[in-house]
Amino acid sequence: MAESNVSRTDGFLSKWNDERVERILGTLLQTGVIISGIVVLIGGVLYAVRYGRVPVNYQNFDPERASLRSLKEVGGGALRGDGRAIIQCGLLLLIATPVSRVLFSMIAFALEGDRLYVVLTMIVFVILLYSLIGGVS
Amino acid sequence: MTTLVFLPLVLAGSIVAGLLGALTGLGGGVVIVPLLVVAFHVNVHYAIGASLISVIATSSGAAAAYVREGFSNIRIGMFLEIATTLGALFGAYLTTRLSTGIIAIVFGSVLIISAALSVLRRHSVKSSGRPNDLAVRLKLNSSYPTAQGPEEYQVHHIPAGFGMMFGAGTLSGLLGIGSGAFKVLAMDQVMGVPFKVSTTTSNFMIGVTAAASAGIYLRRGFIAPGLAMPVVLGVLAGSAIGTRLLVRAKTSWLRAIFALVIAALGMEMIYGGIAGSF
Repeated sequence: MAESNVSRTDGFLSKWNDERVERILGTLLQTGVIISGIVVLIGGVLYAVRYGRVPVNYQNFDPERASLRSLKEVGGGALRGDGRAIIQCGLLLLIATPVSRVLFSMIAFALEGDRLYVVLTMIVFVILLYSLIGGVS
Repeated sequence: MTTLVFLPLVLAGSIVAGLLGALTGLGGGVVIVPLLVVAFHVNVHYAIGASLISVIATSSGAAAAYVREGFSNIRIGMFLEIATTLGALFGAYLTTRLSTGIIAIVFGSVLIISAALSVLRRHSVKSSGRPNDLAVRLKLNSSYPTAQGPEEYQVHHIPAGFGMMFGAGTLSGLLGIGSGAFKVLAMDQVMGVPFKVSTTTSNFMIGVTAAASAGIYLRRGFIAPGLAMPVVLGVLAGSAIGTRLLVRAKTSWLRAIFALVIAALGMEMIYGGIAGSF
């Protein structure tokens, strides 16, 4: 079977595959950071223009103050042109960047035929989803 | 202080934090949190929220540069990320429960330990003896490029390293830092992974670890957009400058000076935590 040939990790082929996969993942991460940085900057300018003269005070923690805690609120706010919601959108993109890296690693391991690492990567992915979507509230 | 005064000041501070973080190899998080808390009187929860986001940015941004060198080991990274992400969930849960004073005291202690680790010259544990069964089964042994061609290495003490990684993840989720110093310690000193492989693999792991706490931070309202925005942009810019300087400057004495600065910030955090001023 062709699959069992590829799954040997001591061969030259899979070493090369690993390196190529990492290169692609590195570029993916950098692109994610650049895009989210631009979104955060745009939101930041809008935020500064609107709230420039308002006094800031972050001394007391009030979880309700950051009303942009759910995806629905963030998306709706961003569409209305609310600077803070656009910043939050950029931050969500940033958080999604390493998550997408894990997802792509899983696909790459599957293409290499490395079942063990498909499973290990899936565990990491599920832990990430648990944090992002539900759990510990 | 109005927003138009606050933003440029935090941006400037974050650039310095990113610069220091890159030059010491400790990351921006360990500098930005005490800076925000001590100098800008920002609540510890907001400070670690903004810091955690900046940690994801610097880790992901540096990844492409590290990958080009060909040192990192994605299998070691992915396997250990199970430990760091579980630790991060636990740490993020703890941080929602603990008082800001206790978090500040833990943070200060971690700062002092990290500063000490960054200046102490350690000899990498050279792996020897027969291959570790678990390492073979997990395909962790590999090779890395040296001037004399590829050099093989073998990984040992996997359960101990895995346990330490859980601890590193917990600190990351608890304090909003990358805890790269502890990840490198676990790989380089405990598992026998070569130093260069440890640092580059650690950088890869930091972003994923931080993402595991980020969801919880977000829902708990730790991430204030108006604060996270200048922090992320500043730390990113600062660490980009710092990485470029690293190539040119002789850094051993710089490291020593910055380690002192970071240790001093650590003392300040511990003092403030005990005095109840945060």
